[in-house]
Amino acid sequence: MASETLEVKEIHSTHPEALHDSHEHHGHDSHDDEFELPEVNFIRKYIFSTDHKVIAKQFLITGILMAVVGILLSVLFRIQLAWPEHNMSYLRPLLGNWISDTGQMDPEFYLAMVTMHGTIMVFFVLTAGLSGTFSNFLIPLQLGARDMASGFINMLSYWFFFLSTVIMFASLFISTGPASGGWVIYPPLSALPQAMSGSGLGMTMWLTSMALFIVSSLLGALNYIATVLNMRTKGMSMTRMPLTMWAFFLTAVIGTLSFPVLFSAALLLIFDRSFGTSFYLSDIYIAGKALENSGGSPILFQHLFWFLGHPEVYIVLLPALGMTSEIISTNSRKPIFGYRAMVGSLLGIAFLSFIVWAHHMFVTGMNPFLGTVFMLLTLIIAVPSAVKTFNYLATLWMGNIRFTNAMLFSIGLVSLFITGGVTGIFLGNAALDIPLHDTYFVTAHFHLVMGSASAFGFFAGVYHWFPKMFGRMMNERLGYIHFWMTFAAVYCVFFPMHFMGMAGVPRRYYAASTFDFTQGFTDMNAFITISAMLGFLGQLIFLYNFFYNIFKGKKAPQNPWNSNTLEWTTPVNAGHGNWAGEIPAVYRWPYDYSKPGVNNDYLPQHIPDAAISKWDANPETASLLYDEQGNEIKDTPAAHH
Amino acid sequence: MNSPVMQQEDDLRIHPQKVVLWVGMVSIVMVFAALSSALIVRQGEGNWNFFEMPLAFWITSALVILSSGTMYYALRAAEKKNLSATVTGLWITALLGVAFLAGQFIGWTQLADAGIYFRDNPSNSFLIVLTGLHGLHLLGGLIAVVTVLVKSILLRYKPGEILGLELCSTYWHFMGALWIYLFLFLLYHY
Ligand code: HEM
Ligand SMILES: [Cu+2]
Repeated sequence: MASETLEVKEIHSTHPEALHDSHEHHGHDSHDDEFELPEVNFIRKYIFSTDHKVIAKQFLITGILMAVVGILLSVLFRIQLAWPEHNMSYLRPLLGNWISDTGQMDPEFYLAMVTMHGTIMVFFVLTAGLSGTFSNFLIPLQLGARDMASGFINMLSYWFFFLSTVIMFASLFISTGPASGGWVIYPPLSALPQAMSGSGLGMTMWLTSMALFIVSSLLGALNYIATVLNMRTKGMSMTRMPLTMWAFFLTAVIGTLSFPVLFSAALLLIFDRSFGTSFYLSDIYIAGKALENSGGSPILFQHLFWFLGHPEVYIVLLPALGMTSEIISTNSRKPIFGYRAMVGSLLGIAFLSFIVWAHHMFVTGMNPFLGTVFMLLTLIIAVPSAVKTFNYLATLWMGNIRFTNAMLFSIGLVSLFITGGVTGIFLGNAALDIPLHDTYFVTAHFHLVMGSASAFGFFAGVYHWFPKMFGRMMNERLGYIHFWMTFAAVYCVFFPMHFMGMAGVPRRYYAASTFDFTQGFTDMNAFITISAMLGFLGQLIFLYNFFYNIFKGKKAPQNPWNSNTLEWTTPVNAGHGNWAGEIPAVYRWPYDYSKPGVNNDYLPQHIPDAAISKWDANPETASLLYDEQGNEIKDTPAAHH
Repeated sequence: MNSPVMQQEDDLRIHPQKVVLWVGMVSIVMVFAALSSALIVRQGEGNWNFFEMPLAFWITSALVILSSGTMYYALRAAEKKNLSATVTGLWITALLGVAFLAGQFIGWTQLADAGIYFRDNPSNSFLIVLTGLHGLHLLGGLIAVVTVLVKSILLRYKPGEILGLELCSTYWHFMGALWIYLFLFLLYHY
């Protein structure tokens, strides 16, 4: 472990080039010839910052706050599901008139909460909060770049996201209620303000917010792609990139190809709502009166939506898979098993994700032949998914496993990916999907494979990179409690839903007490809700652990997990520009763990073969750079020791 | 695979802002691809209006091709460090761009005169949405052209520094090509 004095000196030492450039520079300064830093005040540094690390933290904290909102919504509607007829007057302080005088929850508001929960969790937490945070944070650091290709576009990306968040959040509080037609906002429900109260202003705000969101993710993705293609440090060929980089890169590619399609879908919907067109509307009667709209097709919306929607599930999952690869390899102290197969399966998943969308539409009356084509394509996704699973397991196998918090969450991800992936194979079969569609079986499937698996990836990422983000450590013991509570809660909440779904209980119903065939699940619903509440309590432990330790945590060493990747060669509290001195070059892939002939069980990417023995004798000098001949590169900050 | 990558790999890389532009253009392509395929699917369901494209669209197609020519001229001039020719080329491009947008608008009015209203049938709506969205994107390009033009007139560029112009011209050609694609697509489907 690096000593604390070492880091302090590194931060404060002067960059050599700055020295002979201008002699009045001294002290804490990381100027660099190619990288001019503007004068920064508080606002430029923490608010309108162009530093990718700060932007990453902005995404992270916004994402966490939205997660609190999203999860809270789910707890509220779970209360309704568990005890549908009880008096909920105690919720009036929070929900106001959405709870009636007799203490009943307004059914439309129930749908509104479900819709907002889905929207917030999928887009705001797992897309922006997860991919936005870690793509921003890790891409420059792990590739050896001083910042993103365009810091300005990156900043815009965050602020579009912020605006979008504010609008979505504000829509929760309007008197007609937020959007209520489900996160997939199918027309005609979403297209006709008179269809339900949430389809009025709430839906308009939803669309505005999502339009901004799409702009934000496109701006982000542009940057990620340009940075990965262009700004890798010397020696960082594509095949030497950590798997995190591959995952973020492909996520960005999927995003640029699929979000515009959602934009198109939303654009036509906006026209239908506001300008009287009939793209999605035809032959509709409301309150016995026929609407003028004719000639449109609501199925068209579903095609457009799911052309984004299915890739979106991978936009959410791939970053989590990438980080998990990195964390599992590091903490198994073993090279990742099958690097090329991992990259290949990411590519395969990314490609396949575009040609399976209609498996969400088996019940729309599509031609059965077409259904079969989509079924076959869908089932093929199981192949790259299985490759990834086996490679994770093979990496863990006989590893020298360190059960850090991040590692536990990564292993948890693998477990959830298997449990949730298996039911994907059920649903992918059109014949099975027809009865299972829109039941709790689907809810169980996607919460395990997308929701929970990605959330576990998110937690793994936070625990692993927290020291790099904030220069401090999180509390491990609290992390363990958090992990076990979350892991148990996730299985207790979602596993029973499979059985409800197989019995035909539909999703998005206000109460399961209305029908005979659903009544048998009353106790199970209560069990699920109580598990969800306990799971929520577990998240409070995480919140405490996270926010408290940003300020009060134990100071982090430079490379706390003895990891190989470049981010751990930067000073503990790296400034804008990341490296105080020269950017390290890369001489090997990132997975040289437990390499024969090396004493330490890791060998960072920036150590050339000729310097292995020197480094091996003194591995703490994480920022000491060597040239290809194995000589120390003079004048790097650490060399002053 | 274990030897450090040579310097030349760096030279092969294209400028990051160009990558940003290309990726941005890909996402624009996806917007129009989505709308085009939506149109095809919708047309397949029947109840579709067939009509002639307005005369104005033929003329604007010619204008947009011409403007790609003048943009090319401006870029070549800039590469040869011939500032005044660059400025002339950009001026004509900008004017042609304005004429294009005006022409598109006239095309819409010609359609309306022929009794083809925006709301009557999704086929009409699709036409307006596709052309309108393209017009907006081209307007963005026009703003870029004017910016580069103003900067050139004010001599804001050091000689040989033509990245801004290069990006602008790439996007401009892209807009032209996108219109030609759209026009052919519309001719075929209406
Ligand atoms: C073996 C791989 C997978 C297969 C074969 C598969 C198949 C399916 C099918 C057929 C449905 C539609 C069910 C219905 O609505 O009736 C579905 C729903 C869903 N899947 Fe998967 N899936 C797989 C993996 C994944 C992954 C990895 C994710 C997320 C990262 C995911 C997320 C979702 C979501 C969010 C839905 C529900 C969407 C909704 O209706 O609201 N799936 N899956
Ligand atoms: Cu899908």
